[in-house]
Amino acid sequence: MAGTSEHGTPALNTGTEAHGGGAAASFPPFNPDTFAPQLIWLALTFAALYYILSRKALPRIADVLEERANRIKRDLDAAERLKGETDKALATYEQALNDAKSNAGGIAKETRAKLAADVDREKTAVDAQMNAKVTEAEARIAATKTKALASVNDIAATTAAAIVSQLIGHEATADEVKNALAHLPGK
Amino acid sequence: MSASHDKQLGLMSSLAAIAGAQALYGVSPAWAEGAAHSPIHQFEINNLIPLKLFGFDASFTNASLYMVLALSLISFFLISAMRQGALVPGRMQSLAELTYKFVHDTVRENVGEEGMHFFPFVFALFIFVLVLNVLGMIPIPGVTFTVTSQIVVTAALALLVILIVIGYGLYVHGLGFFKLFVPSGVPAWLLPLLIPIEVISFISRPISLSVRLFANMLAGHIALKIFAGFVGTLLAAGVWAILSPLPMALTVALTALEVLVAVLQAYVFAVLTCIYLSDAVHGAH
Repeated sequence: MAGTSEHGTPALNTGTEAHGGGAAASFPPFNPDTFAPQLIWLALTFAALYYILSRKALPRIADVLEERANRIKRDLDAAERLKGETDKALATYEQALNDAKSNAGGIAKETRAKLAADVDREKTAVDAQMNAKVTEAEARIAATKTKALASVNDIAATTAAAIVSQLIGHEATADEVKNALAHLPGK
Repeated sequence: MSASHDKQLGLMSSLAAIAGAQALYGVSPAWAEGAAHSPIHQFEINNLIPLKLFGFDASFTNASLYMVLALSLISFFLISAMRQGALVPGRMQSLAELTYKFVHDTVRENVGEEGMHFFPFVFALFIFVLVLNVLGMIPIPGVTFTVTSQIVVTAALALLVILIVIGYGLYVHGLGFFKLFVPSGVPAWLLPLLIPIEVISFISRPISLSVRLFANMLAGHIALKIFAGFVGTLLAAGVWAILSPLPMALTVALTALEVLVAVLQAYVFAVLTCIYLSDAVHGAH
């Protein structure tokens, strides 16, 4: 651009002392002889800076920041998940507790019913046994009574025959006595 | 409470040290060869290693030295700070990450998500200008040089920005990019008046961008040098030496202001670059 080193303006200072006075010289920032080296070095350093920043430094920072953001997100997600799991475990526990409660109620009811049935069955069995015994006893009583009544007839007959023989000396036969007894008045 | 007080004291004393060095630089005969007293002297380009490149003068000058220094410092800082890439960052890594996020947010707010491929460019511009500005505030007698106080440097950077804006705008919007100069919702008879105004305002962008940075740095350093020079002049003027603390205090205050300006102008340069790039990305509104 401004490669006019053989232009009329004073050349670059080669040292601090080379540029004496200052008042007569042009204002340094407007000295066109200094433009070319400044522009060339600006281009070199700025290009290098852009290259280093865009290829190395900035992606590295972006990676670190992203990794941190991911890590935080991951931790939050994990916390959320663990909370969900805790809630689920709690719900399962509650469910189990409720189940156990209703189970316990069921078992108690069942046991009660079973015991009641057992008692009923026992009672029925005992009742039946008792009834059987009573019936048997009654039958035996009836039989004994019948036998006793039959014996009474025999005794009465024998007694009647003895009385008849004693009174009239007539040996009454068994048939006669029986007949007489059967026709007793009030019988 | 006392910690912040200590910090303020530290800040004050470092500003005073910088200003003191400026004053010393201004007065000491050891460095006062030639025009060292002149406030303009600090802007002179000194040829360190004469070089030629394709017939052009490509000499390694003090400006080149400061550019290479800035390049090395930035690269070293950003790469060494992120070497560990720790999950919980240390001081240097925090600084690097904060700078990254700051520029990243600036680009996203002003250019938008679709202009994020300009982020490395804006970051490079911002940090290069910032470091060159700040390096110019570190007084090394006879050496200190502010690259951004050279109009040719700021003009080259501003031209680079505006050429990228025009090139990218044409690449994305074709000739529709020139609708930028046609304000929408304006009666047709006003256009012949408005279009030249828009064109002139567009052309003045690189000029204002470069002159703003150049003039700020130049004026600040001249003012610093003049006030620092007063300290020396008064000290050498017998009884008047009593008054020397006055310009010294002013120099301290100006040094603080110039540090602020150094940072602010780098930011302004980056933000304006973003705003101009936004035109290229989004076209006419």
